[in-house]
Amino acid sequence: MNDALGEVQSVLVLGGSSEIARATIVELPGNRLRRVVLAGRASSALDDAAAFLGNRGIPTVEVAEFDATATDSHGAFIDEVFDNSDIDLVIMAFGVLGDQMEVEADPSKAVQIATVNYTGAVSVGLHVARRLRQQGHGNLVVLSSVAGDRARRSNYVYGSTKAGLDAFAQGLGDALAGSGASVLVVRPGMVRTRMSAGLPEAPMTTDPEVVGKAIVQALRKGKHTIYAPGPLRFLMGAVKAVPRPVFRKLPQ
Amino acid sequence: MTANSPLSADEHDALLTGWGRTAPSRARMVAAHTVADISAGIQSSGPRGVLARGLGRSYGDAAQSGGATVFDMTALRSFDLDIEAGTVTADAGTSIDDLLRSVIPAGFFVPVTAGTRFVTVGGAIAADIHGKNHHGEGSFASHVTRMRVVDGRGEQNELRPDDPTTAEMFWATVGGMGLTGVIVEATFRLLPIETAQMSVDTTRCRDLDDVMARMIEGDDRYRYSVAWIDSVASSGRGVLTRGDHARRDQLPAGDPAGDAGTALEYATPSLPSAPPFVPGGLLNSATVRAFNETWFRKHPKDRSSEIMSIPAFFHPLDGVRDWNRVYGPQGFLQYQFVVPDSAGWLVERTLSRLRDVGAPSFLTVLKRFGPANPAPLSFPQPGWTLAADVPARNDRLAPVLDDLDELVAAEGGRLYLAKDSRQSPAMLAATYPRLSEWQAVRDRMDPSGIFTSDLGRRLSL
Repeated sequence: MNDALGEVQSVLVLGGSSEIARATIVELPGNRLRRVVLAGRASSALDDAAAFLGNRGIPTVEVAEFDATATDSHGAFIDEVFDNSDIDLVIMAFGVLGDQMEVEADPSKAVQIATVNYTGAVSVGLHVARRLRQQGHGNLVVLSSVAGDRARRSNYVYGSTKAGLDAFAQGLGDALAGSGASVLVVRPGMVRTRMSAGLPEAPMTTDPEVVGKAIVQALRKGKHTIYAPGPLRFLMGAVKAVPRPVFRKLPQ
Repeated sequence: MTANSPLSADEHDALLTGWGRTAPSRARMVAAHTVADISAGIQSSGPRGVLARGLGRSYGDAAQSGGATVFDMTALRSFDLDIEAGTVTADAGTSIDDLLRSVIPAGFFVPVTAGTRFVTVGGAIAADIHGKNHHGEGSFASHVTRMRVVDGRGEQNELRPDDPTTAEMFWATVGGMGLTGVIVEATFRLLPIETAQMSVDTTRCRDLDDVMARMIEGDDRYRYSVAWIDSVASSGRGVLTRGDHARRDQLPAGDPAGDAGTALEYATPSLPSAPPFVPGGLLNSATVRAFNETWFRKHPKDRSSEIMSIPAFFHPLDGVRDWNRVYGPQGFLQYQFVVPDSAGWLVERTLSRLRDVGAPSFLTVLKRFGPANPAPLSFPQPGWTLAADVPARNDRLAPVLDDLDELVAAEGGRLYLAKDSRQSPAMLAATYPRLSEWQAVRDRMDPSGIFTSDLGRRLSL
């Protein structure tokens, strides 16, 4: 259960090796965590994340096999996790960036990105929402991206999946109004993680810890949408106002 | 849109919180008009279970249960006063407010009242509430002679403390926070009174040591005693108010209330409610300081046998409806512990730690408890009990309260479940050592775990 001071007892991470999700868990205020489920494809990064959290004294850290593209399995998977105990916080953190040049050459790779980032997220998101409504409490954090705010030449396939995911998450939040459950849409800018390794840094590039802290604060205050870092909201407001012919010529 | 999406709202949906307005959860709220409604609701309960809710005055998550069916018990509110026996038999949803309006004019008072009269009889037993007379007269359940409880099978049980076959279930239900069954009716003894007035001695004390010394020395001479502490002042100065029901001969000559006909007239002041929305920052160190200063000054330095009304003495905050809203949208919590006399130093430590993190308590109350009763989860035990109201929005509060919990536990104290909204399951288990004994009785009364609450889930009760 959540408590009066924003502590949570159980967390499900979809995309369990996510560095932002890990930083969020670390930022949770206190010592009430009893169960963390890290769901993702088997990988050493997933095992590392589990070991890291186990070392922080969380009594139960489970690793569960989850494939965002295997949408037929999502219902049973989510039921199994929630049947075991209530989940106070779900962090939907999976996603792939892809290489824009490669996907233009091989559209099947674009389908793969869209399936993970959008189709898979919609599928598992609806199953999570059903169980959150049923238990009458809990938060779903959806990691969107500023890339969805305005399409860019350099990553518009990725950006379009995040735009779709972002709209889905907003609507899901509205659908859950009054259910005791809520959805927090998080729009980070560029974050220094495995996903962005090797790419040139954009303005306001930040670290997972900053995003994690912003998420925990937003949950405490009951917000439904945040940018991380916060001032990105204004930068993106300006970016969205730039006319297309000009925007196209800006360095991407 | 089809009507049966798993995300659709239901007409019975209710977002419930406690009085502190923190950590809401949604339940299916249904009014219980008859005991049969309750039995039927239990027998047809879903996987999230059921819970009874009264007037929602528990501060934390005791009277809410996410996804469950929650019975609104306040429709069950008739009662019978037995003047000969000096007892009342009341439906569980009857409020102390309702009772007082009837029993005071008949020359009786409830055996125990909390700081608010807006609690139900069922809630008073489930939380085993205490009042300003605990040091001499115990908690509410100590005056209950029988109750009727619907168990987890939907069957009614007559429970009595003096019946060896049901005493265990009686005491598990007392302080059991609604998790052993639904209390539907109770009979309890009343206190005979001559007037509807109180005779009160007030003493302004220069510091906390002064307050505590006077309480140790003199509380036994009074039926009721409570100290208000200025949580902002580092001295811990306070105002001690102690008294008893006024006898007819204590009313001043010529006072119309001295007449036999009017001595028992009882009226409650009705004052405006708090505004529906209050910004979160309104209660800050400066306003709390100003309030505490005013409150301290408003009391006389030393006054004896002052005649005061029952609402003014027992329920001053009930004069402002929905005063819990002044803490803003993030709500507040009340930290209430009891510790043995040997750990009286924790009173000062708690107030200073709260001041250190900029969370001075708005309203701070100190009392002495008398002996405990046999209920495994009942809160009161001999010693000091401190209750401090603090806003929940303070980010530095959580670790401080966890530190204080450790001290409370180490000294053999514990926290009051009706106030708790944040202690850990480990703290609860360490400080209520008879938890497993209670769980064994609860499992017999509710073998399939029908009764659930957010508090129960949070603390693994």
